[in-house]
Order: sequence, then structure tokens, then C-alpha cells
Amino acid sequence: MSALSANTDGLGRRRAVNRLMETIATLAAFAAVGVLAIMVVSVARRGGAAIDWSLFTKTPHPFSFTNEPSGLANAFVGTLVIVGFATAMAVPVGVLSAIYLNEFARPRVAFLIALALDVLNGVPAIVVGIFVFALIVLDHGQSALAGSFALAILMIPLIARATQEVLALVPQATREASLGLGVSRWRTTLGVVLPQTIGGILTGTTLAVARVAGETAPLLFTSSIVGDRLQWNPHQALASVPLKIFEYSESPDPKDHAQAWAAALVLIGFVLVASLIARALAAHSRRRMGLHR
Amino acid sequence: MTAVAETPAARAAELRRRGRFNPGDTALHGVTLTAAAAAVALLGLIAWKVVDQARPAIHRFGLHFLVANDWDPGARQVFGAAAFLFGTAVTSLGALLIAGPLSIAIALFLTELAPRWLRGPIGALVEMLAAVPSVVVGLWGILVMGPFVANHLEPWLKHTFGFLPLFRGDPSIFGLLPAILVLTIMITPIVSSVSRELFLGVPRELKEGALALGTTRWEMIRGVVLPYARSGIAAALILGLGRAVGEAIAVTQVIGGNVAIHWSLFQPGDTLASRIASQYQGATTKLQVGSIAYLATILLVFSLVANIAAQAIVRKVARRQPVIR
Repeated sequence: MSALSANTDGLGRRRAVNRLMETIATLAAFAAVGVLAIMVVSVARRGGAAIDWSLFTKTPHPFSFTNEPSGLANAFVGTLVIVGFATAMAVPVGVLSAIYLNEFARPRVAFLIALALDVLNGVPAIVVGIFVFALIVLDHGQSALAGSFALAILMIPLIARATQEVLALVPQATREASLGLGVSRWRTTLGVVLPQTIGGILTGTTLAVARVAGETAPLLFTSSIVGDRLQWNPHQALASVPLKIFEYSESPDPKDHAQAWAAALVLIGFVLVASLIARALAAHSRRRMGLHR
Repeated sequence: MTAVAETPAARAAELRRRGRFNPGDTALHGVTLTAAAAAVALLGLIAWKVVDQARPAIHRFGLHFLVANDWDPGARQVFGAAAFLFGTAVTSLGALLIAGPLSIAIALFLTELAPRWLRGPIGALVEMLAAVPSVVVGLWGILVMGPFVANHLEPWLKHTFGFLPLFRGDPSIFGLLPAILVLTIMITPIVSSVSRELFLGVPRELKEGALALGTTRWEMIRGVVLPYARSGIAAALILGLGRAVGEAIAVTQVIGGNVAIHWSLFQPGDTLASRIASQYQGATTKLQVGSIAYLATILLVFSLVANIAAQAIVRKVARRQPVIR
């Protein structure tokens, strides 16, 4: 009885505190969404006003007082080449390490590899840039491939962890059924287990591509000293979209700002679409795995 | 074909042997092991190469580098990290101070308060904020947020809290405060999505038990959800801090670049990462390159410690059975 009355005594105050805290949490969530909205809207508005075909078809003009349309074709090509090679380097290493982690490694070894991948994921991108600078650029000069290598280092842990997570979802019974039919281990892994995880691997790769396509820091020291010409050769340093945005954001010329906004719009659009695709893929493959079980 | 394989026992032994030494198995094992070893070795290689590159500066300045407030790539060739350590500490902790409570509030909203149909979309939007490239956040930081900060936020702070040394000085687009705000925007999605996972893991019985005892929702959160997720929140905050400390690009764009230790948040400064980033075109001497690598070494050590600590906490939490402690 006394407990009950103690409970009802401060009820008004307790309800008020509750209301206050709930309001604060709600406001915080809407503030976060509001900031995203403000950011996306300002990129969309300013980028939308500046974007046109010449952004993709023309290269930058060395002098800004000409009125000819200029663009960032070289940066788009460069990003395509750099991210393409980075993906080609990172996917095999990431997927194969995940297979080892999930299918072969003893628990203790698996624990250490998973920890190393997580720690690698936490190494700041700028430090990866310095690493590749010291490893490759000092002796061989800047190149798109050096940039790709730096981006690949950022992609490997993302792809490996994503792949490992879906490998872990494949039911043990599937493996046992295959092994029980006399199928060897490697054919079981590559022919039975891996095909079920394709969706997860694609999700991980898409997210990794979306993440590194906008990375600037690793390219500063590896593929930044570039001209304005359109180049495809990966042995040379190539321009890239994020680095151009970085340069133009610090330029005093409003024309450069306009181009930076337009490029930012393209980049953000790409990243958001890629994330949405990854989400859809993940949901799809989860449904499929669910059916298999 | 051979006589040995005729008896059933020998056949079985032969099969076992073939099973064990299946060349395909050995090959796949070898190839995947190589890939995993390469990924792990990469971590060691990064550490070795960065430290190796920093050697001239480590040799020349030693630990004094950490307390020397100087960066002169001219004739004197004297380098020190004190100002950047200070800038890193102020901006990262400042961002964490804002982003921490904000993220926990967002996570609570998403798990306990929001109507069910709203949780998915808002959660997705917060995660999309994490996907915005840092260079775009920085571009927005300079051209949109910067003028707002210089014309409205900083004058207001100065007028209201001007008695604090933090809010003295002339309002400016570039400075520590814009860097703090940009970092807050970048780490809030990470901390809040990790916290949300943690809150989702709080056993339903505990929450319902508390509510059944007559607590309000907030009392239930304070008494059950937060204590249950406490160590996980610590890990999330460490991860956020690690991200803030390592962020180079967006900070470089808004912090202004300055070798100075001062308490005014309105004035320009530099962090370890932003100093490295801003040197990319200008490093000429071996000692300067070494000093940049020295800064990278400090960042690397910090990120290793922070990540291992966070992972240790996360794994301890994951091992804990989701029952009453």
C-alpha cells in the first residue's frame, strides 16, 4: 500500500519527465533527418542548376574567363577506371578470405582474421593513402593503379565481412547433404555453398563500390597530380570526381563551385542509388535463403 | 587394379586417403588461405611501411614531436604535432559530445518511441546520411553551413556565451566549430545505427517487466534499456571517435589550416588527418615527408587501439547470453 502511494505521489512529475525525454528523442531523430534533407536539397538545387551534358562530355578549361562550356569528363573517366580496377583487386581477395574464414579456419584463427579485418576497416583512409604513397608512389610515381590499390584496401574488409555473413547463413545441412553424396569439399564449397551467397556478395560489393567511389583521401597521395586532358591509361595518374570536388570547393571561382555542386549531385545520386540497390539485393537474397532453409 | 585395393578394408583406407588428399580440396584451402593471409598481412604491411617512412622524422625529433608546436617546411625544417593533436582532440571530442547524446536519442526514438511504420523509413534515412561522401559533406560545409555559422551561429554563441574563452574571437567560415559540426554530421549515423542494434537486443521480458511494475517509458529506458546496452554504447562511441579522428577531407575543407593552439572555437586550426591531407602537393624534403608519415603513424596507432578496444567490447557483449544478468 505504501509502495503504491509512493508510486502515485510523484506521478505527475514522472509523467512530465517522461514526456520531456520522449520529446527530446523525437526532436533529435527529426533533426538528423532534417540535416540530411537540407544537405540533399542544397546539393540537388545547386547541382541541378549547374548540371548539363557538357559536364560529362567536356574537359575543364584552364582559364575560367572563357564562356565555352566546360565539364569534368576526365574526372568521370578517371573514377570509372580507378574504382573498376579497385573492385577487380578487392573482390577476389575479399570473397576468398571470407571462404577461408567461414569454411576452413579453426575458431581461434577465424577470430583473429575477423578481428584483423575489422581493424583494417578502421584504419583511416588518409593513412592508407600514405601507405600506398610510401609503398608505390615514391618509387614509381602516381598512377590510377596506385589509387585503385589504396581503394581496394578499403574495400577488402567490407566485401569479406559481407560475404562471410551470408556464408554463415547457409545451413550446415546443405553442406552435409552434399558431402554425404560423396561430393568433395571444394566442389561443395564452390558449387553448392557459394552460389547461394551470390546475392550477399553482390550486396557487399555494391556497398563497397558506393563507399569508395566518393573517397578522396586515399587518392590525394596516389592519383592527384593530373592535367585536364581526357585519359584512360591506368599507368598514369587520372583525375577523379571526389578530388575535383575537393579542389573546386576550395576555389574562389563561383563557376568552379557550380561544377563542384553538379559533380556532387552525380556522386550523391550514384551512392544513394547504389545503397538502395544493395538494400534490395540484400532483402531479395534473405528471402531466397529463407526459402532454402 | 592393384592387389591391395581388392580387400574391402584396403579399399576403405584407399578412399579415406584419397578423401584426405583430394587435390581440389588442398588447392581451394591453399588459395583461400593465401587470400586471408594477404588481407591480414596488409595490416602489418601498412604499419611497417608507414613507420618506416616516418623514420627520418622519428629519428630527428623523437617523442618531442608530440609536444612541439611548430610546422616549418621552409629553411628551418622543424616539425611538431602538438597543434594538430590539440585540434584533433578538440574537434573529435566536441563532435562526440554532440553526436553521442543525439545518436542515443535517435536510436531510442527508432526502437522505443516511433510508430512502427515510421521506424523503417527514418532508420533508412539516417543510414543514408552515413553514405554521403565526406567530400560532399565538406563542400556543403564550406558553401552552405560555413556562411550560416559565420553570420548567425557564431555571433549568437558569442553574444550569449561570450564569457567562455571557447566562444571568443571573430566569427569565421573556417575554424574548429565548423569542423566539429561537420564531424558530428558524419559520426551521428554510425553511432546511432550501432546503438539501435543494441537497443533492439534488449530482452523484451525485461522491458515489459519494468513497464508492468508501473514505470513510465522513460524510467524503463533509464532503468533497463540503457544499463543493458551500456558497454555496447561505449563501443559505439569509441568507433565514432575513431571515425572522427581519422576523417581528413571534410575537416580539411572547413577547418582553415593553422598551426596554433588556442581555445577559441571560431579560429582556424588543423587536425592530424587534415594536416596530412593539406600537405599532398607540397612535401618536398625527406624530413617533411617523414613528418607527414609520423602524423600518419600517430593516427594509425590511435585507430588500432580504438578499434581493438571497441571490438573487444562488442565481442564480449555478443558472447553474453541475452538473459537477465
